[in-house]
Amino acid sequence: MRSTQQVLAAGSVTLNRPRRLSWHRHLHGSDLAWAIAFVVPYAAVFFAFVIYPTAYGLWMASAPSLYGDLVANPLYARTVINTVLYVGLGVNVKMFLALLLSGFFMRRRWWIKGLLGIYMLPWAFPAIPAFVSFHWMLIGEEGFVDSVLLALFGIHGPIWFLNRWLALGANIVSYIWKWMPFWTLTFLAGRMAIPQEVYEAAAIDGASSSRRFVHVILPLLGNLYLVCTLLSTLWTMGDFITVYLVSGGAPFYSTDVLATFGFHYAFDAAQPALGVAAVMSALPVLIPIAIILMRTLQTREVQL
Amino acid sequence: MSVTTAEVTTHVTTAADVRLTPTPPRQQKHHSVRRSRYLTNAAALVLAAVLVVWTLAPIYNMVMVALESKGDVFSDHIWPTKPALDSFRVVLTQSHWYLEHFWRQFGNSFYIGVMTTLLTLLIGSLTSFSIGRMRIRHGWLVSNVSLLTYVIPASFLAIPLYRIMQSYRLANNLWAIIAVEVTFATPYAIIVFQEFGRSIPLELDESARLDGASPLQLYLRIYLPLMAPALVAIGTYAFLLAWNEYLYQFLLLSSDNSMTVPVALARFLNSDVAPWNYMMATAIIYAVPPVALYYAFRSRMRAGLTMGGVKG
Repeated sequence: MRSTQQVLAAGSVTLNRPRRLSWHRHLHGSDLAWAIAFVVPYAAVFFAFVIYPTAYGLWMASAPSLYGDLVANPLYARTVINTVLYVGLGVNVKMFLALLLSGFFMRRRWWIKGLLGIYMLPWAFPAIPAFVSFHWMLIGEEGFVDSVLLALFGIHGPIWFLNRWLALGANIVSYIWKWMPFWTLTFLAGRMAIPQEVYEAAAIDGASSSRRFVHVILPLLGNLYLVCTLLSTLWTMGDFITVYLVSGGAPFYSTDVLATFGFHYAFDAAQPALGVAAVMSALPVLIPIAIILMRTLQTREVQL
Repeated sequence: MSVTTAEVTTHVTTAADVRLTPTPPRQQKHHSVRRSRYLTNAAALVLAAVLVVWTLAPIYNMVMVALESKGDVFSDHIWPTKPALDSFRVVLTQSHWYLEHFWRQFGNSFYIGVMTTLLTLLIGSLTSFSIGRMRIRHGWLVSNVSLLTYVIPASFLAIPLYRIMQSYRLANNLWAIIAVEVTFATPYAIIVFQEFGRSIPLELDESARLDGASPLQLYLRIYLPLMAPALVAIGTYAFLLAWNEYLYQFLLLSSDNSMTVPVALARFLNSDVAPWNYMMATAIIYAVPPVALYYAFRSRMRAGLTMGGVKG
């Protein structure tokens, strides 16, 4: 892999040169006023709709007795397990398949572009109709999936939403259907940003496609993959609509995740403080992920 | 890795002579090479077929239900027995009492989507210009703090925000939804704009400064035009985010005047006697704007999403 390494080394030298400060070292006078004026709109949004609601939510959920009530509810432990399975399986399976498929979409065939156009459809397709359709497909004997199973294989399909694991699986599959294309496109963009010489050098060295994946693609895309997985984990922890529409928590609230669980507490059981406490109990997981994400975003320049 | 055009054409003919286009066969030199290429291409085509079925199954299901007449919805067939476009006509002419406000709901959804897009682009690009180009002191702090938005996901803040919107007197007001969507779209916009902006040389700003351009002129004349791919990608992202949202619209928009299509769709789902074919027809019509938007901009989208992941 000599020439590959040369190209990589050369790349890191040219790409990582220290960036000069452009404007001037410090802003003064009217420039500083402009710079501050440009940040003010976002700062206003941030304080009105992030800081204030978060502080309000933490205040609502501050009584320690709430967490005692929460743990006493047997549904809570089950909800936490569901959330871990839903986010853990959903995000990782989706990301790994997206990484592999982005390689598939790098192939130079005339029909690949058209296929990518079809494949991206779930991303552009709004979530609510899509999940309503998933719910409808799995609704039982009359649902599309069971009808297909009967027509093609003569199998009587299960009643999907009567079994906790099947319902949980249906949520995860629907989630992957909706969100895998977006991340595939992100990885595809990342792969395309790899200079062509790197591939060519690896090809000259006679690297097989699997070795190319391990020694060229993974080191170069590793950081992007990490950032995307962390970001997606944060987003998926708060996913409400998939579970709410696909399984609806069925059977008997056994597939609820924290977002839908908190919603039921607040708006069905009229216990908003418990609802906030339920979702805030995810903070010990969310905060470290956000810190790792920030650090990765900051140090990326150093690592190529 | 470079594949010549001639090779590409032969690949296609060997693999696709049966299923795709019948182009005239070309001469092959090596049979073993040809066979392994044939296998690779066959595998690629199988994967392609799997992806097409996987992608289109839920959409096919919607179309099928929408094309049914009312009595046939619950029956175990896999294609519509008597396809008819009647349910689309019913939705578009609002001629069912479930759908009497359809166009108003659609307009509301559209207003939320467009306003979210414009405000996200404006606020996100101004912020990233100030941080990335003008290099305001402690700018890194702003972009890091903005990421804190994602520590508590939007749905987790639903309960406090629901109360706060009441106190801001924004209940049943479309701007409550727009504010929430902009709040949760802008941090991602700032990340992507920052990363994309690194590819624009800072020397451009310097020379324009020497010519006496003000920061506002720089932003309008240099920054925005060069950021076009990222703006397109994030604009689409923000529009889709607003179009996908349900929870806040359900909580905050309940009057006939302010209701949106997602809330109306979920009402269908929660009722026992709703006309399901009309529901699916509504859902399909609701899906048209974002799909059209995506296909209009898709060639320009990929460049904007790089996030600079492998750049220095």
